[in-house]
Amino acid sequence: MAFTDKNIETMDSIIARYPRPRSAIMPLLHYVQSIDGFVTAEGIELVAKKLDLSTAEVTAVSTFYTQYKSKPVGEYHVGVCTNTLCAVMGGDAIFAALKEHLDIENDGVTADGKVSLEHLECNAACDYAPVVMANWEFYDNQTVQSAIALVDGARAGNPPAPTRGPNVLPTWKENSAVLAGLNDGHAHEGVQAGAPTLLGLEISKVKG
Amino acid sequence: MTTLTPVLSEHWDEKDSFTIKGYKRHGGYAAAAKALAMEPDAVIQLVKDSGLRGRGGAGFPTGMKWGFIPQGDNKDHYLVVNADESEPGTCKDMPLLLANPHVLIEGVIIASYAIRAKKAFIYVRGEVTHVVRRLNQAIEDAYKAGYLGKNIFGTGVEVDLVLHVGAGAYICGEETALLDSLEGFRGQPRLRPPFPAIAGLYARPTVVNNVESISSVPAIVARGAEWFSSMGTEKSKGMTLYSLSGHVVRPGQFEAPLGITLRELLDMSGGVREGHQLKFWTPGGSSTPIFTADHLDTPLDYEGVAAAGSMLGTKALQIFDETTCVVRAVLRWSEFYKHESCGKCTPCREGTWWLVQLLRDLENGKGTAADLDKLLDLCENILGRAFCALGDGATSPITSSIKYFRDEYIAHITNGGCPFDPHAATLFASAKAGA
Repeated sequence: MAFTDKNIETMDSIIARYPRPRSAIMPLLHYVQSIDGFVTAEGIELVAKKLDLSTAEVTAVSTFYTQYKSKPVGEYHVGVCTNTLCAVMGGDAIFAALKEHLDIENDGVTADGKVSLEHLECNAACDYAPVVMANWEFYDNQTVQSAIALVDGARAGNPPAPTRGPNVLPTWKENSAVLAGLNDGHAHEGVQAGAPTLLGLEISKVKG
Repeated sequence: MTTLTPVLSEHWDEKDSFTIKGYKRHGGYAAAAKALAMEPDAVIQLVKDSGLRGRGGAGFPTGMKWGFIPQGDNKDHYLVVNADESEPGTCKDMPLLLANPHVLIEGVIIASYAIRAKKAFIYVRGEVTHVVRRLNQAIEDAYKAGYLGKNIFGTGVEVDLVLHVGAGAYICGEETALLDSLEGFRGQPRLRPPFPAIAGLYARPTVVNNVESISSVPAIVARGAEWFSSMGTEKSKGMTLYSLSGHVVRPGQFEAPLGITLRELLDMSGGVREGHQLKFWTPGGSSTPIFTADHLDTPLDYEGVAAAGSMLGTKALQIFDETTCVVRAVLRWSEFYKHESCGKCTPCREGTWWLVQLLRDLENGKGTAADLDKLLDLCENILGRAFCALGDGATSPITSSIKYFRDEYIAHITNGGCPFDPHAATLFASAKAGA
């Protein structure tokens, strides 16, 4: 997709956050994904131009980090944690079930472009295992059934809300803009903490 | 019996705990005002006196780290908060930031003032959109309230805070890799010395601190070093967040004085899941050598865990019961290290690859007794020879699991495969588990 003047303005404001322009490369790549859905050749050229780098230098960075995608992902990108703890607790079973249900492999996208699937490393929510992420929003304490309901809802354009997140699951592109540091106005939505986060506090209050 | 000490988590049960209003209701930002009325060196001394040590894993004294920043050098100084929480099992900083991002911002103001930094960064991992949202909003609200910017509380003190979002690389939790990443490069560790205190971000004096370390500072300023050091053990002062996960009745966060034991935490939370026994656990994430039921009474402080042969790390207590195959668990962690190895140094890049191949063979019943020796030999050649701690961490689960569960590795060889049923280890073992 062509980048508009407004896009360029936003990119300039991102660069202005930093003492040195090159530091803006990561938010700019997130921003490119918010427009193009993945890191396109056009996006790399534009970032290179804005930061006075070669396209090779930008590509070297974008290929190092797994959140930057070199090909399109689904409107809803679903990740299943299969690091040891989540895997043992059910993540492996969930990932296998989703692959079968969607008939895609790891890094695959459904034919309708709605859902893509990836196995994840630890997502810092182990007390909510097994954990599934959709567009990097938390879906805690998942089962095979709830994960299938999540992807079915996503394909129908009506995904369930994240467990600890905004009221409505944003799209991949919308959330990429948040990762670029843009405020989407949803920070106040969702719980401040889930039950496991509050467990110690709760126990200490009961004991006095 | 140790009692819990909720300080950071004290008001997390209030629905608006993450807002500036909710934070100010309980005295939020008063500690920053108090600190800015002190001499910066006095703030550093206060943190030194408290005994606060880094909560990101290494346990380095925080005040001492601040004291290493050269003063009067006419250079820009930087504070960088490491919020790249990615160590398997570690899940304390993300819920903290979701429930109360302002305590971190207040800590940033105090720490920046102490080390004379006018610019600070929070490097947060990228796979947690709602945490990013909350942080971003909190920073915006702190600017609006005059707590960040050019003239904080009208004192003339300047602190600018930038939120920098990562993009999925565990290695960026290593402080020098984080700095390279923040400068706009691939996140690969730097050779030390020079340490970040001398040549950090943009080759300027830089302090890199963990989220929980910086978030502990406002309470220390507000209540005093003595209050803080009255909690904990002789060399491990204060309260900290312990994260309990896995095969337990009730997983979650527990804020307790350093030195509490796993037995105490299990006793107060309901223990290992019903009908099962503790088999092995990590005291501080996958990079810390595993423990067994023999270590239930090990004091969970820096010295106690080290004396028992592991590391306190991030206090990520991952609990596995007897249904878990230790070889499968270790293989999965090894696959993680192989995937996350940045590729800069040979022992880690090549070594983790070989570790995975050998462990895969063992798990699938294709291994031999000689493979076990080869695994240990490989670990010996990675440990201490890699560029950063990632390589060392990769060896921890392997050497410790062979130490405690060699028989189980042998059983995979004699059995011609894994003797465990993975379904029995799942949370939904009694329900239909699907494929």
